[in-house]
Amino acid sequence: MAKEYETVIGLEVHVELATKTKIFCGCSTAFGGAPNTHTCPVCTGMPGTLPVLNKQVVEYAIGVGLATNCTITQYCKFDRKNYFYPDNPQNYQISQLYLPICRNGYVEIEVPEGSKKIGIHEIHMEEDAGKLIHDDWEGCSLVDYNRSGVPLIEIVSEPDMRSAEEVIAYLEKLRMIIQYLGASDCKLQEGSMRADVNLSVREVGAKEFGTRTEMKNLNSFRSIARAIEGERARQIDLIESGEAVIQETRRWDDGKEASYAMRSKEDAQDYRYFPDPDLPPVSISDEWLERIRGSQPEFREEKRKRYKETFDIPDYDIDIITDSKHMADIFEATVALGAQPKKVSNWLMVETLRILKERELDPEDIQFSPKHLAALIDLTDKKVINSTVAKEVFEVMFAEDIDPESYVEEKGLKTVNDEGALRKTVEQVIADNPQSVEDYHNGKEKAIGFLVGQTMKAMQGKADPASVNRLLKELL
Amino acid sequence: MNILDYTATELSEKIKQGEIKVTEAVEAVFERIGIKEEELHCYITLEKDKALARAEQVQRKIDSGELTGPLAGVPFAIKDNLCTEGTLTTCASKILENFVPTYSAEAVRLLEQAGVVILGKTNMDEFAMGSTTETSYYGVTKNPHNTAHVPGGSSGGSAAAVAAGECFAALGSDTGGSIRQPASYCGVVGMKPTYGTVSRYGLIAYGSSLDQIGPLTKDVRDCATILETIASHDSKDSTSMEREGTDFTSALVEDVKGMRIGIPRDYFGEGIDGEVKDKVLNAAKRLEAMGAVVEEFDLSLVEYAIPTYYTIAAAEASSNLERFDGIKYGYRVPGVEDLHPMYKRTRSEGFGPEVKRRIMLGSFVLSSGYYDAYYLKALKVKALIKKAFDEAFARYDCILGPVAPTTAPELGKSLADPIKMYLGDIYTIAVNLAGLPGISIPCGTDSKGLPIGLQLIGDCFQEKKLIQAAYTYEQGGM
Repeated sequence: MAKEYETVIGLEVHVELATKTKIFCGCSTAFGGAPNTHTCPVCTGMPGTLPVLNKQVVEYAIGVGLATNCTITQYCKFDRKNYFYPDNPQNYQISQLYLPICRNGYVEIEVPEGSKKIGIHEIHMEEDAGKLIHDDWEGCSLVDYNRSGVPLIEIVSEPDMRSAEEVIAYLEKLRMIIQYLGASDCKLQEGSMRADVNLSVREVGAKEFGTRTEMKNLNSFRSIARAIEGERARQIDLIESGEAVIQETRRWDDGKEASYAMRSKEDAQDYRYFPDPDLPPVSISDEWLERIRGSQPEFREEKRKRYKETFDIPDYDIDIITDSKHMADIFEATVALGAQPKKVSNWLMVETLRILKERELDPEDIQFSPKHLAALIDLTDKKVINSTVAKEVFEVMFAEDIDPESYVEEKGLKTVNDEGALRKTVEQVIADNPQSVEDYHNGKEKAIGFLVGQTMKAMQGKADPASVNRLLKELL
Repeated sequence: MNILDYTATELSEKIKQGEIKVTEAVEAVFERIGIKEEELHCYITLEKDKALARAEQVQRKIDSGELTGPLAGVPFAIKDNLCTEGTLTTCASKILENFVPTYSAEAVRLLEQAGVVILGKTNMDEFAMGSTTETSYYGVTKNPHNTAHVPGGSSGGSAAAVAAGECFAALGSDTGGSIRQPASYCGVVGMKPTYGTVSRYGLIAYGSSLDQIGPLTKDVRDCATILETIASHDSKDSTSMEREGTDFTSALVEDVKGMRIGIPRDYFGEGIDGEVKDKVLNAAKRLEAMGAVVEEFDLSLVEYAIPTYYTIAAAEASSNLERFDGIKYGYRVPGVEDLHPMYKRTRSEGFGPEVKRRIMLGSFVLSSGYYDAYYLKALKVKALIKKAFDEAFARYDCILGPVAPTTAPELGKSLADPIKMYLGDIYTIAVNLAGLPGISIPCGTDSKGLPIGLQLIGDCFQEKKLIQAAYTYEQGGM
């Protein structure tokens, strides 16, 4: 009889924090600068320079720690992790080993059996490295230190997950919490959230963990799920064929849908961690901690509850809207400008989601301003434009965040409310389509739809469909 | 009177009174350098043209009343581990043979703001590792009092330059005695302030938790004046402190009446040269005669200071010196294509033997399995040493002792036995471990005419007591 195996997974998640400046100097963290333009003597490891801690990094780390039920280490320290690599200008990374800022937390995820707690072993603060660019043409490697010193937190889970689904649920939960905090945009593709998967298998019922491997280079939920399935199968194959799983770091190749060994435990470097003498310990006072606790945002659960009490919109809409802090912010801001909640929700649930899906975007990518969405709703409410025109305007607004009022004005998209002109057009349409008129009189109700369409076409879409319908019925 | 006989503050006074021009002072120093430098080799880099241009600029600012401070116009020397914008900064190492910083150390910036004229960069032990200035890649410096002897180290170039009149004052750095010991060997005043008093920004780190910048000067007044200028709370250095009591010149008062001075018996035991012991104890007697209350006491743990220091300083150095890898600046071995061979050969060729010894020692004490036994234990002993000093300062205003067990050794006699060389640091390093201020002032010479230094150690932030005692001794001593 075939043995049954259980997968045991723990995650190390790196999140790039959304601070304006780097963790130990005043350089910008903005993406996309020309190489080595967001640098200074500190983040390029020049001799004699010293790190100065960005307080916002500590506040974000504490915020994430509180939201994940961690104990905050009120006396925490930075340590140096020593290793030589050109992307690491000092040849040591400033990180935390001995006294990380957060410990012993958990998040709850939804699983088929209900909810499950995933333990968080620790969260620590550290600096990101630069980027190596290999120039095959010139046969050399170049270093860009723009990312050097960008603040990161590393969230280390307990080995509490048992399937790819649980891993994804855990990551989605972390992402939601961090996005709600505004601590990061958590985009896997862009690397502002990165997950390393520690995985082992064991026979169901076994008490001891199996030998684990660590997998790196996973930059989408899809590749994480595939890598987990692939690694589980690989380890089971090894065990079944009587071979041992080797503790090693493996790199996932998404194209090949396979992982390969990067380095084994035997090659493991001795990082010679020790407390960084350039940075005094961080002492987090009770007052500071309470101030951060007091300014924690409303998280999704509370928001859902409040929406249910405050807005007359379906639970389904609430779930979708609050799934993204950014979408919820847009919803609330638009409603605050006087738009009716259900109408705002409709625009978000239907048109917005459709465009996001079509263009493979995240809700975080929404660029249009609540002011413009409110204006668009107002224009339709006042029948200045009809719903077809409104959808066209929305498409443009989604892409360019135009002001719908002036756009409608400029493009001449206003509904024609001139009864005489409309009547004339309807009469012309009736005259031009005797067959449809006859069909209608013969009881083919559908024929009127065709006539409405013809009238709208003749009016270049700028008529109120209800008025067209009314006039048609009257004149027929 | 020869211009070179003035102290730094006297010179500045004469300049402000219009009696001496800044360029005259700079020319006078360069004349002396022309005579002495070839033999002494105090400097790694001299920038005469730049200094003369700067002298004229400073003169204009003095004439216009923009510069009125006590250091305006003073020709100054800077130890070569302090970054100077646009000027070669080598740390006396081959690995930084071509490094020109784009920024200046905060202490250098403050001095320039006060109107000093920088003449050049002084020789030192490579990366401040050594007690003789013989580990410099750029050759040895000789003691101006007897050129067969070393000037001490690691700030040997700065101390010798002050003693020889090749500058009016200099900056050094002190990790385990590197200001006080060469000051003692060269017969000048040298002070290491409380850790955190002077910003370390721009000081190329050796042992970050121990390094402090301080002055080497002709007298105590110059010392207090310079320290007052360079002490600052700097937002670029997280270990720099916001502190009080930095009006150091206010302590230039001749009065030690009632001052309680403790003499640790442990500092006069085995290993100390008889002449050094006599001269230092004589100095104590003079202070007693001037009204101080002097008594002997037992300062415990002195014997642990050396292993503790060499563990912590080497550990920090092994990490601090990782950035010198041939990638970004400095020396890179030519013709090596692959990364790791390039690292290895660059560092093998770029660092000298003493630096390599400390990198290896430091890497070892931090390595997995040894961290607790060495580094962590050293940190615990460091805390105990601080406690021993705390207990002493509950009873004394300052502690008096020698700076070094002997006067300056002969050239070429030290490096062969590093352990013996390390033991020479016994009276200075505990001060760095405890973060305390210490001053070295001349208290006579031995039978060979080599200077002997007297060390006064104070509690944290109590530099003014040291300055007052040192000043009183200097005025009425010898």
